[in-house]
Amino acid sequence: MFDIVFWVLAIVSICAALAVILLRDVFRAALSLVLLFLTIAGIYISLHADFLAVVQILVYVGAISILIIVGIMLTRDVHYGNPSGKLRIPALVVGILLFIVLAYSVVNTIWVISPQPPLEPTTATLGSKLFSQGGYLLTVEITAVLLLTAILGAIVLIRDK
Amino acid sequence: MSVGLEHYLILSVVLFSIGLYGVIVKRNAVVILMCIEIMLNAVNISLVAFSRYVVPLMLTGQIFAIFVIAVAAAEAAVGIAIIITIYRNRESINVDKFDITKW
Repeated sequence: MFDIVFWVLAIVSICAALAVILLRDVFRAALSLVLLFLTIAGIYISLHADFLAVVQILVYVGAISILIIVGIMLTRDVHYGNPSGKLRIPALVVGILLFIVLAYSVVNTIWVISPQPPLEPTTATLGSKLFSQGGYLLTVEITAVLLLTAILGAIVLIRDK
Repeated sequence: MSVGLEHYLILSVVLFSIGLYGVIVKRNAVVILMCIEIMLNAVNISLVAFSRYVVPLMLTGQIFAIFVIAVAAAEAAVGIAIIITIYRNRESINVDKFDITKW
């Protein structure tokens, strides 16, 4: 049962990623990107990462995809489509080479798999790891500053002179 | 053979390669941003898979994935802002015509 779920999610996500780069209509490519984000949330659930799946749906499906669709609508080059540049053959070679190298190293590495069952639910543990003493509190603060900087930068860039 | 760590890593590698191809080959700047999001998601899958199979009680990979998601959100906001600004100046989002900083 678990295997079937994984294979379905994997095939759908790869097809959605291919649709993003192959569809001629930019808007449809954005919609298949939303499908990809949803299947990745399903993959997180199959990895027992419940909190991260919800975050994926909230941030990616809810926010980033809307941002990208608004970007497509504000830059009305839709008639221009989703063409490929001159680098199609070199890009194909680079992509396939990267895939071969990484897949070879993944298959030929002996991974140390832990026999322990996964932790669930993960939310309480994630919260105490992020905010406790000796945890990732400084990184959380820096991330907050980064987000604030990004928002201010976006406003300054977009603002009319 | 039941699904294990390698399957998730291979899926991550496939998605990353598709995203890299898109980043190199596409001319529409918004589509390039979408392909970058695909690559970031592929990395997140491998981080969460490592967290699940290698250190299932420490959740280190999931914490890293949270930070990657935060950085990706910031990157998407600034990226869309830059693209819209260039579109206002150039009336185009074709990256072949983005030679503003070319000397």
